[in-house]
Amino acid sequence: MNMKVNFAGVEFNNPITTASGTFGSGMEYADIVDLSRLGAVTTKGVANIPWAGNPTPRIAETYGGMINAIGLQNPGIDVFIKRDIPYLKQCGTKIIANVCGKSTEDYCETVEKLSETDVDMLEINISCPNVKEGGIAFGQNPKAVESITSEIKKRSKKPVIMKLTPNVTDITEMARAAENGGADALSLINTITGMKIDINRRTFALANKTGGLSGPAIHPVAVRMVYQTANAVNIPILGMGGVATYEDALELMMAGATMVAVGTANFNNPNATIEIIDGIADYMERNNIDDINEIIGCVK
Amino acid sequence: MNKKRYQIISKETLANDIVSMWIKAPDITDTAAAGQFVSVYCDDKSALLPRPISICDTDGNGGLRLVFKIVGKGTLELSKKNTGDGLDILGPLGNGFGMAFDKIAGMDNPDIAFIGGGVGIPPMLISAKSVNGRKNIILGYRDTVFMNEDFDGYGNVYIATENGSAGVKGNVIDCLIENKLHPDIILACGPLPMLKGIKKYAEENNITAFVSLEEKMACGIGACLACVCKTNETDSHSMVKNKRICKDGPVFDVKEVDFT
Repeated sequence: MNMKVNFAGVEFNNPITTASGTFGSGMEYADIVDLSRLGAVTTKGVANIPWAGNPTPRIAETYGGMINAIGLQNPGIDVFIKRDIPYLKQCGTKIIANVCGKSTEDYCETVEKLSETDVDMLEINISCPNVKEGGIAFGQNPKAVESITSEIKKRSKKPVIMKLTPNVTDITEMARAAENGGADALSLINTITGMKIDINRRTFALANKTGGLSGPAIHPVAVRMVYQTANAVNIPILGMGGVATYEDALELMMAGATMVAVGTANFNNPNATIEIIDGIADYMERNNIDDINEIIGCVK
Repeated sequence: MNKKRYQIISKETLANDIVSMWIKAPDITDTAAAGQFVSVYCDDKSALLPRPISICDTDGNGGLRLVFKIVGKGTLELSKKNTGDGLDILGPLGNGFGMAFDKIAGMDNPDIAFIGGGVGIPPMLISAKSVNGRKNIILGYRDTVFMNEDFDGYGNVYIATENGSAGVKGNVIDCLIENKLHPDIILACGPLPMLKGIKKYAEENNITAFVSLEEKMACGIGACLACVCKTNETDSHSMVKNKRICKDGPVFDVKEVDFT
């Protein structure tokens, strides 16, 4: 039985990775999860310099999900390269490094530094709803998506995944723009902007007022957008959004995703990634599927 | 370590919204220390985040005591469980009062104050039981008193209530002053205004205080950066001034914490 997938020229032992921001750089989960069993670890967004993130409260639970506005707190690229990449390498896992920034120059500086490291791919976050500059501002305008993608591609020696936001009218327009800019792959969906009000305190549940909705509540939106995007572009897709079980992961793959990221589910079940990998293997065995690639995009 | 299902041995309601449970969890109690917490998961998967609950006590025989307040959907579900029911727990998590105990060990017979406010009282029980010496225990309540008798034998117990229905009318600091207590070191857990008051008291009296903080958590193990607190020094994880309450804490030297 083959669970290996080739994603934009990089081979992964299985299609399951972690969604950026939910898994740190893997270190905190290593007591629970054998990181070498994951297709890859996708690390928390890193910028050219350390970011302090947003004030607390940064999260709130919602029905079947949560909203967060962490604000991309991160230690900056230099600490990430010195501390986190060597740690993940010695764990024997592939690394997808997620990059955030406030300007094209910020992104490019981080991308250039990561190009000289052992990471396997870069995932560029142009879709964070929780920071005032950069982030989603790049991801909601097709011209900006194409332009930042091509600037990053000029400087990156690693395959580039552009991470798209669902907070747009037509995600295929952004997907095509990224493809035109030279993106090697796409990841979607980032969180959906939401708001929760604390009726007892009569104020916003999050200090940032709005936050990104994630978790099982958004999974059908992810399936729909992955399906639409897979039919609109010729580059592969890393699908994500509310994946909590192997069934959820298979839905995204059948809709057209080559790989799948598990995010908020890690909070509900720290071993979710491994259970999903095992669940997919069992499903393949029960259904006499020899190669996982048979199911990618099988629903037309 | 992984999340596992454990069985409830006994359950008791201490006040109208405060519930106490003993749970058989030997692999948690083997390493559990005062001031650590556990993540308790809901069976209702529409409530997907674990509830961080501080460790109240252990019995030396694999029993783990959790005392919690019903504040929402998750703790309500937990409160409806009965003896014999299972619940999913990950733990023990975080850094407890170990630093405080090291500090006490280096002092000359100090006067130690254990201060708990409301649902911050439970972790002070295992803390008071974990250290020998001259111990005063100050328990602050809004109105209904609970768990105060559990502290008998582990120090002198003083009570404060906001409405004056028991003990000193006022807060835990009023209680310290009214009873002419002069602690050399404070260990505390409680609501934010109480902890801010303790920081001020500790600064004014030039004493050390260790406080256990609370914040909304998601992963509970230091990965998601939801539950940070502002600190005076740069933290080693993110290189900003934000320590992780779940991983670096929940107990901090109050001098480290920036409550502004």
